[in-house]
Amino acid sequence: MPPTVPLVWYQILAAILFTIGVVGVLVRRSALVIFMSIELMLNAVNLSFVAFSRQHASMDGHIFVFFVMAVAAAEVAIGLAIIVAIFRNKETASVDDVHLLKG
Amino acid sequence: MSLSLLWLVPTLPLIGAIVNGFGAGRLPRKVVSAIGTGTVGLAFVIAIGCFAQMLAMPAEERFYVQQLFAWIDSGDLSVPVRLALDPLSALMMLIVTGVGFLIHVYSTGYMNHEKAYGRYFAYLNLFTFAMLMLVLADNFLLMFFGWEGVGLCSYLLIGFWYQKPSAAEAGKKAFVVNRIGDWGFLLGIFLIFVTFGSLDFGRVFSEAPSRLAVGSALATAIGLFLFVGAMGKSAQIPLHVWLPDAMEGPTPVSALIHAATMVTAGVYMIARCHILYALAPTALLLVAIVGAATALFAATIGLVQKDIKRVLAYSTVSQLGYMFLAMGVGAYTAGVFHLMTHAFFKALLFLGAGSVIHALSGEQDMDRMGGLKAHLPRTHLTMLVATLAIAGVFPFSGFFSKDEILWNAFSSSNGGPLAGKLLWAAGLIGAFLTAFYMFRLYFMTFHGASRVTEEAKHHLHESPASMTLPLVLLAVLSAIGGLVQIPLLDGGQRLDAWLEPVFADAARVAGGAGHGAAAPHGAHDPGLEVALMAISLVVALAGIYVAHRFYVADPAAPKRLAERARAFYQTIFNKYWIDEIYDAWIVQPIRRGSERLWHGFDAAVIDGAVNGIARQIERGAGLLRTAQTGYVQVYALILTLGLVVVIGYLALR
Repeated sequence: MPPTVPLVWYQILAAILFTIGVVGVLVRRSALVIFMSIELMLNAVNLSFVAFSRQHASMDGHIFVFFVMAVAAAEVAIGLAIIVAIFRNKETASVDDVHLLKG
Repeated sequence: MSLSLLWLVPTLPLIGAIVNGFGAGRLPRKVVSAIGTGTVGLAFVIAIGCFAQMLAMPAEERFYVQQLFAWIDSGDLSVPVRLALDPLSALMMLIVTGVGFLIHVYSTGYMNHEKAYGRYFAYLNLFTFAMLMLVLADNFLLMFFGWEGVGLCSYLLIGFWYQKPSAAEAGKKAFVVNRIGDWGFLLGIFLIFVTFGSLDFGRVFSEAPSRLAVGSALATAIGLFLFVGAMGKSAQIPLHVWLPDAMEGPTPVSALIHAATMVTAGVYMIARCHILYALAPTALLLVAIVGAATALFAATIGLVQKDIKRVLAYSTVSQLGYMFLAMGVGAYTAGVFHLMTHAFFKALLFLGAGSVIHALSGEQDMDRMGGLKAHLPRTHLTMLVATLAIAGVFPFSGFFSKDEILWNAFSSSNGGPLAGKLLWAAGLIGAFLTAFYMFRLYFMTFHGASRVTEEAKHHLHESPASMTLPLVLLAVLSAIGGLVQIPLLDGGQRLDAWLEPVFADAARVAGGAGHGAAAPHGAHDPGLEVALMAISLVVALAGIYVAHRFYVADPAAPKRLAERARAFYQTIFNKYWIDEIYDAWIVQPIRRGSERLWHGFDAAVIDGAVNGIARQIERGAGLLRTAQTGYVQVYALILTLGLVVVIGYLALR
């Protein structure tokens, strides 16, 4: 049996990836980069799921991951469509330029 | 015909009002006229039928009640819509439908050029309905319903030409002054309900003598409150100011509402409540004093007015004063008698004046009339009959009715022996003034040199038959109407006999109490009565003679006299400045007070509270609003921070 990577390492990697995603969402202005950061967060969670699934020898986590990927794909399609629509109207992809909804 | 058709009498005009009201502007004029006059005419026919039916019955059975439906039934208060026919209401019903019908017919001629023809007839029919409800009601609340109904129609018809600011103002004035009277009437009704627990005429009047002591404060209060209502509706001092202004309405309206019927509602109400007044001699004395004062006061104003309708308006106020004088001395039959004859000759005078105005294309100023005798022969002749009647010349109707009032005033003992003589003297002076100002009107209009403007002269014409026919019929009634009550002749007092079942109990109540309102027929001295009659006839002829001297023999005389007594002339020409005094002492203070309340309370306190709350909410919202920046990432940051706090809390717990 080959030596296995301990579960906690996966968790640390997932936490790092998730944090990078969160920081990316909060600090970047480009809608596309924010989008990528969101994907990063989702995949950090996916990684965590898969790791736990393997640890517990259960398929539940895998199934969750497939669902997350499918929904993420759909979300990306819609999100990109919105970004393209905004770009066509306002000629910008910066979220700071889109702040009409305010008091 | 059976009495059970009674309900049709008020219902027919109501149907006419509804059809003409909703069909206004759509129905052709011929149909509107047919419905307007037809419904009232049919009501008149049924009224005559009911009257004849009653006449055939024995005197003590002449009372008929028709219950239509329950109106209000709540706790102790039970008010049915019930019509009551007795000799008094039957007489009033005949006057209202009969004179009303003639005036409807006249209106088809007079209002022929009017655009809002349907609206006019709808109002007129509605008025007839309300007046009949007032007259036929058998409880106070239903009477009040009719009372308010006629007030509403009066308002609508005074302001019929609402595009004219003066007409709209006059309508408002009539409405507001009548509200003051209605306030008194309503308080009287409340007091009656509290005292008797019922508003039914039958119950109230039969229980009154046992529940109220003669001269008690409660009886006096009820009498005074009801009289305030009568003062408003019947234009007595100090609430007379609306009636002269009401002449802004179309002339047939002045004839029907402001001469023959509605303004006599106050007299009718007091006659109806005569038992309550028999128990309140003080209130009754006040009625007599106010009546006599009004009769005299309004007559003086009538002496100098230039507008033909205004002279008639003040004359109406004055004649109503006579009716109240009669009520006040307990001579209810005499008052109702004068109400009837007045309905004939005053309606005729107004319609005749309307015919003159119509012929002169709307001219109302008597300074621009004169010499119309040749041009308007029928109007002239009928007006002469009416003028003789109101002046009290034998044997026209006004002579009998006015004389009966004066005789009853003279022999009244309420308020001491002198009071009756003073009331009689006031009435006699009033009679002289009446004869003078009425013949002044007659001479200025029909005799002397023509002062008609060239333009009006061009259109001068006698009125159509639809207008002159009612004039002729009313002239006949004015001439012979007095013969229903011939004094000193055995069996001549038919009206007395007819109304006896209604008014007999008043004499009994007063007589039983010893010192109540005296029944004036106690001490009958035929010689004295003839002497008084002769005096009033002489006085009337003197008035006519003076008017002839002033306005025919020497037309410059009035101006000379006006110059000599300048202050007095100005005072009466300006109606004793009553309107100005009311304006300065009542209207303006109320206005100023209202304005103070408006700015001080309404604007500052009420609006301040509402707007203040709104402002505070707005300020709070402004603070919260700054959180909504519109930057997605700020929201995301707050979301993340919140997440961190929640997780931190759960982790470190």
